[in-house]
Amino acid sequence: MAEASYPQDLLYHPEHDWVRIDGDVATFGITWHAQDALGEVVFFDPPAVGTQVTQHEPYTEVESVKAVSDVVAPLSGEVIEVNDSLAQTPEAINEDPYGAGWIVKVRVADPAQTGALLEPDAYVALLR
Amino acid sequence: MVPYAGWEMPVRYDGVIAEHLAVRATAGIFDVSHMGQIETTGPAALELLEALCTNDVERVPISGAQYTLMLREDGGVLDDLFTYRLEADRYLTVTNAANHERDLAWFSAHAAGLDVEVIDRAADYAMLAVQGPLAREIVQAIANAPLPERMTIGTRTVDGAEMLVAGTGYTGEDGVELLLAPADAPEVWDALVRRGAKPAGLAARDTLRTEACFHLYGNDLSTQRGPIEAGLGWCCRAAGGYIGAPAVAAARAGGTAELLVPFVITDRGAARPGDPVLGGGVVASGTFSPTLDVGIGMAYLPAAKAVVGSEFEIDVRGKHRRARVAKRPLLKV
Repeated sequence: MAEASYPQDLLYHPEHDWVRIDGDVATFGITWHAQDALGEVVFFDPPAVGTQVTQHEPYTEVESVKAVSDVVAPLSGEVIEVNDSLAQTPEAINEDPYGAGWIVKVRVADPAQTGALLEPDAYVALLR
Repeated sequence: MVPYAGWEMPVRYDGVIAEHLAVRATAGIFDVSHMGQIETTGPAALELLEALCTNDVERVPISGAQYTLMLREDGGVLDDLFTYRLEADRYLTVTNAANHERDLAWFSAHAAGLDVEVIDRAADYAMLAVQGPLAREIVQAIANAPLPERMTIGTRTVDGAEMLVAGTGYTGEDGVELLLAPADAPEVWDALVRRGAKPAGLAARDTLRTEACFHLYGNDLSTQRGPIEAGLGWCCRAAGGYIGAPAVAAARAGGTAELLVPFVITDRGAARPGDPVLGGGVVASGTFSPTLDVGIGMAYLPAAKAVVGSEFEIDVRGKHRRARVAKRPLLKV
C-alpha cells in the first residue's frame, strides 16, 4: 500500500473523505487513513450518475475483506460521473486513493458548504 | 492491534490478502498466544476428560491430538478444544481465549473428588502457528529432530528453545503449532520470519479457516447451538457418557430445526456474521475469500434448505444477496 499522505490541494471531511474542487465540479474519494483502516477494498458498487448526494450522509459503500463501510458525501450535489473502473479494480482505492481511486464527480449544489470541510493540516491534526 | 479478551491482538501486518495467499502458497506465521491451555495430570485425567469431552479421548495415543467439544448438560457448546496427550496420565487442552476462565472453572468443578490435578497453563505458553506448504520445511531447518507428524505432538528444540511442537493448525494447510515459553517467543518468531514465514494476522487466520470450514467459537458455536446442528456430530462419540450426551443423542435421532452449512455468494459482495437469511436462518461466519475471490461463509439454515446446491438470499445491510449452499470445505487444499 501507498505511504500515508494528505495532499495540500484537497479539502477533507472529518469522516475521512477528500474533495478536489474544480469550478462547480467536485471529485470525491476516501483518504489514505480511511483505506488503511478498512484494509484491502474487494468490492465497490458505484452509485448511478444522476444520483443526488447530501453532505454528511452516506452515498455509497466500500467493502473490504474485513467489513463494509459507508462513504459519506463531503458536499451536496448531483453525481455527474462515476469511476466505473473501480468495479473491476477496487484495489485502486488502496493503491492510489487520491488518483485512480477517485469515486465520483459531483456538480456542487452549494459552494458555501465547503465551510464545513477541513484544510489538510486540520485533518491531519484530527487523526492524531 | 485490537483488544480482545484481555489481549492485544495482531489483526493485520501487511495486508490480509497478501498474508492469506502466502499461507496458501508458501508459509505464514501467526501469534496465537491468546489461546489458553489447561493441563490435566493424574490417574483420573482420562476419566475427567471423557466426562467433559464429546470425542473419544480414550482413543488418543500418547503424543496424539484430538479435536473435541465441551458441552453443557443441555447440549449447548461451551467450547471447542484441542486435547494433546503428553504422557499416559498427562493431557494439555487448548482453549479459546474468551472461554478460558469458564473452561477452567468447568474442568475444576468436575475434577472434585477425582484423583486428577487441573492446572491453568495459559500464562506458561506463548503459541505460534506456522502454516502453509513450506511451513514444516522452515521449522524443520532449525529444529533438533524430525517434527511430529500431523495430529501428533512432541518436545523439540527449535532455534535452541525447547518447546512443544504439534502437527495441528487452523488454516486447512499443513504446518505446526509451537507452544513455548513466552520469553523465547520473540527470538523464535524472528528466526522463522527470517527463513521465509510471512507474519500473518488474525484477519487472515479468519479468512483461511472460513475457506477450510473450521468452526469459530462465538460465530459458529455457542451455548445456544448444539454439535449436531453445527455439523460436528463426527466428534461426538456414539457411546455417550459425557456431559450433554443425551441432548446430542436426541438431536441425532430427531434432527434439528437448523443446520450449519458452507455457502458462496453468487452476487457480488460478501455477507457478514449476523446477517439474516430470508425465510429463516442466519449467517454465522461470512467474509471475502481471497483464494476464490467471492464472498463465502457458513450459515445456519432451516434443515430442509441445508442441502448442497440449495439457493437462498441473505439480507446484507438491506440489500438482498444471492447465495448457494456449497460443499465442505469451500477450498480443497
